[in-house]
Amino acid sequence: MKWNWEIFFDAFPFVLQGLGITVGLTVTCYLFALLLGFFWTFLRRVPSRPFHWFVTWAMEFIRSTPPLVQLFFIYYAWPMIPGVGVTLSPFASAVLGLGIHFSTYIGEIYRSGIESVDKGQWEAATALNFSTYQKWRKIILPQAVPPVIPMLGNYFIIMFKEVPLASTVGAAGILYMANTYGARNWAYLEPLTIVGIIFLLLSYPSAIFIKKLERKMNTRFDKNTILENSQKGAVL
Amino acid sequence: MIKINALIEVFPQLARGLGITVSVLIAAAIFSYIMAFAAGLCRLSKNVFIRKATSVYVEIFRGTSLIVQLFWLYYAIPMLFGIQLGSNWWTGVIAIGLNYGAYMSEVVRGSILSVAKGQTEAAIALNMSPFQRMRLVIFPQALRMMLPEFSNYTIQMLKATSLVSLIGMTDILYYGDIIRSANLSQAPIVYVLVLIFYFLLALPLIFLQRKAEEISKKGVASQ
Amino acid sequence: MLKPIVEYKDVHKSFGEVEVLKGINLDIYPGEKIAVIGPSGSGKTTIIRMLMTLEEPTSGDIYVDGKNLWKMEKNGEMVRANEKHLREIRSDIGMVFQHFNLFPHMTILENCMTAPIHVKKEDKEEVRERSIHMLERVGLGDKLNNYPSQLSGGQKQRVAMARALVMRPKIMLFDEVTSALDPELVGEVLEVIRDLAKHEDMAMVLVTHEMDFALDIADKVLFLDKGIIAEQGTAREVIEQSDNARLQEFLRRFRK
Ligand SMILES: Nc1ncnc2c1ncn2[C@@H]1O[C@H](COP(=O)(O)OP(=O)(O)OP(=O)(O)O)[C@@H](O)[C@H]1O
Ligand SMILES: [Mg+2]
Repeated sequence: MKWNWEIFFDAFPFVLQGLGITVGLTVTCYLFALLLGFFWTFLRRVPSRPFHWFVTWAMEFIRSTPPLVQLFFIYYAWPMIPGVGVTLSPFASAVLGLGIHFSTYIGEIYRSGIESVDKGQWEAATALNFSTYQKWRKIILPQAVPPVIPMLGNYFIIMFKEVPLASTVGAAGILYMANTYGARNWAYLEPLTIVGIIFLLLSYPSAIFIKKLERKMNTRFDKNTILENSQKGAVL
Repeated sequence: MIKINALIEVFPQLARGLGITVSVLIAAAIFSYIMAFAAGLCRLSKNVFIRKATSVYVEIFRGTSLIVQLFWLYYAIPMLFGIQLGSNWWTGVIAIGLNYGAYMSEVVRGSILSVAKGQTEAAIALNMSPFQRMRLVIFPQALRMMLPEFSNYTIQMLKATSLVSLIGMTDILYYGDIIRSANLSQAPIVYVLVLIFYFLLALPLIFLQRKAEEISKKGVASQ
Repeated sequence: MLKPIVEYKDVHKSFGEVEVLKGINLDIYPGEKIAVIGPSGSGKTTIIRMLMTLEEPTSGDIYVDGKNLWKMEKNGEMVRANEKHLREIRSDIGMVFQHFNLFPHMTILENCMTAPIHVKKEDKEEVRERSIHMLERVGLGDKLNNYPSQLSGGQKQRVAMARALVMRPKIMLFDEVTSALDPELVGEVLEVIRDLAKHEDMAMVLVTHEMDFALDIADKVLFLDKGIIAEQGTAREVIEQSDNARLQEFLRRFRK
C-alpha cells in the first residue's frame, strides 16, 4: 500500500456524506446527556443514606465501564430481554448508550457547580425568606451555572470524539463511511486520514473557543471576589 | 429466571480475554505516562521548536478520536514504516498510549506551572541550580498534584482497551462478541458479565484514585 | 578601612513603563545590620530581590565582594551574567520571605538539609547535626520531623530562618518576615532575629514595618521614598535629626 492522492479525493465526498449523522448524533447525544445529568444530580440530593450510596455506585459503575460495551448491550442485548426488550436503530442505541454514559459526568459537573456556591448564599436566601423555587431560580443557579459552562462545553467536544463508536453498530457517520469505502476499494488509509482531518478541523477551533470562554468566566466569576463580597455582605 | 447454566458457561470463556485486556492496559499506561512526562516537559522547554513540535503532537491526538487513531495506525504503520509490528497488540498499545499521553501531558504541564512561584524563589535563594529546583522542589510537588488526574486517566484507559477487540485482539469484549454472535439470546448475560469484568478491574483503580486525591491535598504549595 | 561586601552603583529598576527604583547607591559592610523602612510601594522589596537575583536591574551595577553580580566578562566584554556566574555569587546570600516559602513536601529537618547536601555537597551527617542545632536554636528542636503544614506561622518563619542560616551566608535578607503573621506570633520571630543580630557576624538587611525593633537593632537605617534612598544614617540620626518632612510623617504613623 502507498499513499494515493487520487483515492484521497475520490473518498472525500463519500466520507463527507457521513458528517450529517456524526454531527446530528453528537448534538442529540449531548442534549440527552445534559438532560439525564439533571436526573443524577437530583437523585444524589435525595436525603437518604442507602439511596445516596446506591446512586453513587450506580454512577461509578456506568462511568468506569467501557461505553463501547454499554452500546453493544443496548443494541444487541436489550432486544433479547423478555418483556422489556425493544429493538432500537443504531442511531437511537448510540443516543441512549453514549447519552447515559456521559450523563454521569455531566451530573458531576452540575453538582460541582451547585457546591461551588458559597454556603452563606443559602443562608442569606433563607434569611430573606425566599421559597425553595425562588432560592434556586434567583440565587443558586445564577451563580452555579456560569462557572461550569466551559466544562460543559468541553464535554460537547468529548462527545463529538466518542460518537464514532457508534459506527460499530452501524450508525453511518464519517468513520463508518470511511470503513465502508475502505472495504469496497481496499484502501483504508486515505479515507481514515480524511476522518482525522475532519475531526481536527472541527474540534480544534471549538477547543480554542471554549478556552477563551473559560478565561472570560474566570475573570467574571472570580471565586475570591465572590468570597470577599459575601464576607462584606455585599452580594445581596 | 437467571440461567445459572449459561452463567457458568459464559464466565470462563470471557475470562480467557482477561490477559489481553490487562496486558494492553498495563503496557499502554506505562507508555502513556512516559509520553506524558516527555511531552509535558518539552512543552515547557525554552526551545521554541521543541515546544511547537510537541504541541502539534498533543493537538493532533487530542483533536481526533481514539478509535480513528487506532484504525489509522492499524493501516498506516505497516505502510509508512514498511513493517508489521508483529501483532495488533502493539498497535493497540501505541494508539492508546499516544492518545492518553497527549491528554496527560497537559496535566504534567499544568501541575508544574501551578506550583507556587515562591517555591522557585526559595529554591533560588538556597542557590539551587535550575535542574535541582526542578528535581528537588517543583517536580515532587507537581507529581502529587498529578496523581488524581493520572489515576482518572488510567481508568479511562481501561475503558479504552475495549477498542482493541475491533482490531482483532482477543480481549474480554472480543470473546463476548464471539459468544453473542453464536447465540444472540445469550447477549444480555454476556454483556452484563463483560461490564462486571471491567468494573471489577476498575475497582482497584477507583480506590487508588481516592487515595491519590488524599495524598495530593497534602504537601503542595500551589498558587 | 573595611571594604564593603555589597555595593549598589546607580541601580535603576523599571517594571514596564514604571520606574520603581531611580538610582540606588548603597554600601553594605561585612557584619552590618541595616534596616530598610519606607512607605508601601517605595521599592524596598525590589532592592533586596535584586541582590538575591530574583529581579534583574534595568541599569546600574551591584557588586558582591567586588564581583559584578549581574554582569560577567566574556571575551573581554561585559555581558549579561549566566546561571553559573549567578550561582557562584549567590552562595554568599540568603533570604527569608514574607510568606515563608517552606517546601511543603519535606519535613522541617529536610527543609534545612536539602540545600547544603545538594548545593554545597556537604557531608550528610555533618549537615544533619548543624541543621538540628540550628532548629534548636530557633526553638524548634522538638518538631524536626513535622511537616510545615503542621506548624504555626511563627514557627514556619523560624524554620525558614534556620533553613537560610545552615547555608552560612555572608549576607542575610529579610523581607517583612513578620507581616504575614498573627500579631501574637510576631514577638517570637523578632526575638530570633535579635539573637542573630547580636551573635552572628553576617551582614543583615531587614525590610520591615516593625519600626521600633528596626531602630533598636540596626546599625544603619535607610528611608526609601519614591524610588530613592531619601535618608540614611544611624537610627538616632534618622529619627532625631532628620528634617525630612515625609520621614517625620512616616515615623509618626508607624511608631507607637
Ligand atoms: N513583578 C512586578 N511587576 C510589576 N510591578 C511590580 C513588580 N514587583 C513590584 N512592582 C511594583 O514596584 C513597586 C515597588 O514594589 P516593592 O514590592 O519593591 O515595594 P515595597 O516597598 O516592598 O512595598 P510593600 O511595603 O508594600 O511591600 C510597587 O509599585 C509594585 O507594584
Ligand atoms: Mg515589600
